[in-house]
Amino acid sequence: MTETLPGAAVPNPLDEAAITAAVDQAVAAIAAAATLDELKAVRLAHTGEKSALSLANREIGALPKDQKAAAGKLMGASRGRVNKALADRTVELEAENDARILVEETVDVTAAPRRRRAGARHPLSTLQDRVADIFVGMGWEIAEGPEVESEWFNFDALNFKPDHPARDMQDTFFVEPPEAHLLMRTHTSPVQVRSMLERELPIYVLCPGKVFRTDELDATHTPVFHQFEGLAIDKKLSMADLRGTLEHFARQMFGAEAQIRLRPNYFPFTEPSAELDIWHPGAKGGPSWIEWGGCGMVNANVLRAAGIDPDVYSGFAFGMGIERTLMFRNEVGDMRDMIEGDVRFSEHFGMEI
Amino acid sequence: MRIPLSWLREFAQVPAGATAEDVMAELVKVGLEEEAVHRPTDTLQGPIVVGQVLSIVKEPQTNGKTINWCQVRVVPEGRQQTLTGEGIDPSGVQGIICGAHNFVEGDKVVVTLPGAVLPGDFHISARKTYGHLSAGMIASVRELGIGEDHDGILVLSRVGLDPEIGTDAMELLGLYDQAAEINVTPDRSYCFSIRGVAREYAHATGTVFTDPVSKVRVPEALSGGYGVKLNDDAPIYGKPGCDRFVARTVRGVDATRPTPPWMTSRLRLAGIRSISLPVDISNYVMLELGQPNHCYDLDKLAGDIVVRRATAGEKITTLDDKERTLDVEDLLITDESGPIGIAGVMGGAHTEVSDATTNVLVEAAHFDEVSIARARRRHKLPSEASKRFERGVDWQVADVAAQRVVDLLVELAGGTADEAGTDVGTAPDAVTIELPAEYAAARIGIDFTEEQILTSLEDLGAVVGATGNGYTVTAPSWRHDLETKDDLTEEIARLVGYDKIPATLPVAPPGRGLSRVQQQRRRMIQALADAGLTEVLAYPFVSKAANDTFGVPAEGAERKALKLANPISEEHGFLRTSILPGLIEVAKRNHSRGFRDLALFEAGLVFLPGDQLGTAAIPPLGVKPSDEVLDGLYDGVPDQPLHLAAVLTGHDSPAAPAHTPRAWDWADAVDIARIAGDVLGVELLVAQGRHQAFHPGRAAQLELRTGEVVGYAGELHPKLLAAYDMPARSVALELNADALFEAAADVIVARHISTYPVATQDVALVVPQDVPAEEVLTALREGAGELLEDVALFDVYSGKGIAEGKKSLAFSLRFRANDRTLTADEASAAREGAVAAAHERFGAMQR
Repeated sequence: MTETLPGAAVPNPLDEAAITAAVDQAVAAIAAAATLDELKAVRLAHTGEKSALSLANREIGALPKDQKAAAGKLMGASRGRVNKALADRTVELEAENDARILVEETVDVTAAPRRRRAGARHPLSTLQDRVADIFVGMGWEIAEGPEVESEWFNFDALNFKPDHPARDMQDTFFVEPPEAHLLMRTHTSPVQVRSMLERELPIYVLCPGKVFRTDELDATHTPVFHQFEGLAIDKKLSMADLRGTLEHFARQMFGAEAQIRLRPNYFPFTEPSAELDIWHPGAKGGPSWIEWGGCGMVNANVLRAAGIDPDVYSGFAFGMGIERTLMFRNEVGDMRDMIEGDVRFSEHFGMEI
Repeated sequence: MRIPLSWLREFAQVPAGATAEDVMAELVKVGLEEEAVHRPTDTLQGPIVVGQVLSIVKEPQTNGKTINWCQVRVVPEGRQQTLTGEGIDPSGVQGIICGAHNFVEGDKVVVTLPGAVLPGDFHISARKTYGHLSAGMIASVRELGIGEDHDGILVLSRVGLDPEIGTDAMELLGLYDQAAEINVTPDRSYCFSIRGVAREYAHATGTVFTDPVSKVRVPEALSGGYGVKLNDDAPIYGKPGCDRFVARTVRGVDATRPTPPWMTSRLRLAGIRSISLPVDISNYVMLELGQPNHCYDLDKLAGDIVVRRATAGEKITTLDDKERTLDVEDLLITDESGPIGIAGVMGGAHTEVSDATTNVLVEAAHFDEVSIARARRRHKLPSEASKRFERGVDWQVADVAAQRVVDLLVELAGGTADEAGTDVGTAPDAVTIELPAEYAAARIGIDFTEEQILTSLEDLGAVVGATGNGYTVTAPSWRHDLETKDDLTEEIARLVGYDKIPATLPVAPPGRGLSRVQQQRRRMIQALADAGLTEVLAYPFVSKAANDTFGVPAEGAERKALKLANPISEEHGFLRTSILPGLIEVAKRNHSRGFRDLALFEAGLVFLPGDQLGTAAIPPLGVKPSDEVLDGLYDGVPDQPLHLAAVLTGHDSPAAPAHTPRAWDWADAVDIARIAGDVLGVELLVAQGRHQAFHPGRAAQLELRTGEVVGYAGELHPKLLAAYDMPARSVALELNADALFEAAADVIVARHISTYPVATQDVALVVPQDVPAEEVLTALREGAGELLEDVALFDVYSGKGIAEGKKSLAFSLRFRANDRTLTADEASAAREGAVAAAHERFGAMQR
């Protein structure tokens, strides 16, 4: 740091060489100041009251009149040079300082914490919404109903004869006492019956929801699962309309290339009945048809149970499992992953499927 | 149903090289779904040949056992061994060590030669053992995978065989055959027979079908046989329990003769174990024709056979040696001694055929489906017979099946058939269906030609007549499922092929989109997910204790809940009245898998039975019940409101640099409940609450403006958390979502937004500790008047400077007028009004 030497002689304000030397010394000191603090010290040393230039300036007053102008001019220019150097250096050092602070504030952004948690929908729930949206887009409505049902809605109204083996095949949970004829619905078809009883014709409804069968939980079975069933009742509906609807839906779900296949099958509530397969090009073990659900033309007895004249109206119905759909659409290998509520399963999906 | 291909070939033209997979691929087209393949050669490979034991040298071992060193001829004497390979002796005689002792020199046995593979991936090779080179194995049925009998090796003479030495034993034992297993839907009982499946195979492939019935020569009429009476005095639904009973007798039978290997092989592939020759014949005919039948030991019968309902308290010991008490609805086969069989379900032990039986009575009867189904269910006796009877058996085939059994008993068991026989009963009326000409086309969407319709119906065995504008169709006797024109429509579509159905897309009338409640539910669920919670879907099965704890606020109260008659586990035998028990289970599971920070929620139905539970009677099918009956059905279904619940434990976020996670606490539970309300536009009021599942001092009762309590939120009771092995301080909430949906406004009326300047004033009030802040806030709001725009609690303080038993509540009040700038005096006056109200109600003093 350059400082005024204490006790140094005060330069004569007319001594241009001495003054210039003092100025040069000051400018050199200013240039050498590396920080704003150093610059402040330099400023005090070279422009402060005790500095050579200030002291020289003060001498002007004592000069003879004819010399004052020359001295004043010399001192003014000299001090001006020093002040400009100071100002310029200040700007430089301030800019350097600002830049250094920003550098010093650098953080490791890769260590950013997760302060908020992103929640997650259960993929079965998300898929159920997705399916509903497709049908709502087709002008269908969503119908819902209770999970504990009267036996009539679950079986009799759907043309399950009281002693028919088809009833046994439903592996039903019954509610006590048996005389009350209450059970946990084994499919969402009772909602179809309720819809036919409660809605104006024609009817185009989708019935998604939870259903129950007395299966033990394992990799491919669960006592509680989800279905969506569709029901259309209108004049002159045919099995071709059923196929068209299912094809459209399959393409919405699986892409424009999706193909479906109908195979004869039996359900008490439809006649003719069919099993619905979907072509799964990405299936493990090579492309294959995957069983997706059941469908058919609504049995005349079902229409009669709801007071609909089968000679005037016809209808079709279909039903698919949501778990099953998720299993092959999203390659879920084990039913238990969908059931146990392990947060890793839902959180992997987030809000999407 | 399993279909051995060799059997199918007897009646349908199956290509020579066809596999079980090929056959299933055809059958699936006509609606018989593929289930599995049964093929012995998948686990069994030759060379496996017939050998004759030339010599046996018994060699006692140091371990006390004796082994046999055998010389076995596997090529006829004088012929060359054509097989080559390691361990195959060119002389045609193999040296084999055998540990079994049930054979003697000269016996013909099955020899698995080196190179053969047996089930269990057991490779046969020549190996050194007991000081000899043993080059092969003398096999037992168990080792061949064709039986459980492990008494010893299979001696061919004992199963009635005397083949040439060197014969391919796999061919001899039917081991090159294979079976296709298909799933038969309940309507198509006729496919529980080779006969029915062969017909379907012909439908699927368009090839010729030979009806096995046509191969059996049945007498025109039977008479003079064993006395049989059909005495059903309590028919179900007006249908007699038995409407045909054919009885035939065969004498001089040798029941101990072995069942020929071709028959045991087919039975085995069909999934039926060989028992004895008469029983095997009976099963064989059932599988072939679909007619269950029964062989009685004729000499153990006493007097006429009577088919009748059981009397109260009557008992029978069935073939499985269990004594069963009969129900008055059970249909029985009886003789003078009492019951000798539960009709169509299981025969009695007393009249069973045994090795000593020489005279046999063959029964082939036709029973009513419902009678059999109920008896089977009552006695938990699913049998091959009941499976067929309860789905419906061909009335016409009884005499054919009886004849076939008789023929086989004569042919294989050396019996002599009696000329006389019994055939009693009345044929049911044949069903005739009117099928309008255009009906099938309209239903299916294919313009069927007349030829397609006629060919399809006639192929399946129906008799078709023409009417003016359609057809009269008489269904074949084995097709009980064909009753309506829709049934016929399916048959036509099925035989023409479902793949021919075109696709047309019907247009639904304009819809209303999701209903209001559906939208509300979605929004609520999405809001909780957006707030950082994870949605789960737990089972609704809970214990009684869980319902009594979570389902009702007051301790000791019992929660009325629905009980399942047949739960998966008795421990979880009830339906939930609260979502929380299931959520806690899920939280625990996650916790045990190492996840400590959890925020889980579920929206699901709970089950709240009222006074009326179901209905005593169920209306019949196919008819719309009266409005009154329907109302009864509706009212009997218990309330099932949608509940929303959440469980939070641990912290709100993971620990990280520059971040301190916050432990979830009671306030988070309250806050999340309020978010659910907020997104629906429903304000939830919070009051100090009491619920036995919650911490007594940290539970909020959530109310609507109307005062209706809609849920609870807060910290779970520490004792409960300990009992459930849950982390301390876990919090929870549960809301009746349906009540929130209902409380939501249909239309939200806009509020005027004033742009005049705001005047904000803070006030600190000292009140007794037990005064709820929410109530002070309400007092302030009411006391401040209409100039108050908003008021919020921003601090609670007690301690130094505040008297014991008191607390200081700091509120921020925001004032604004709709029509002017408020003066400081106006704002202060409003504030004083607010404070005065708080003072009046709670003695609140300004600090």
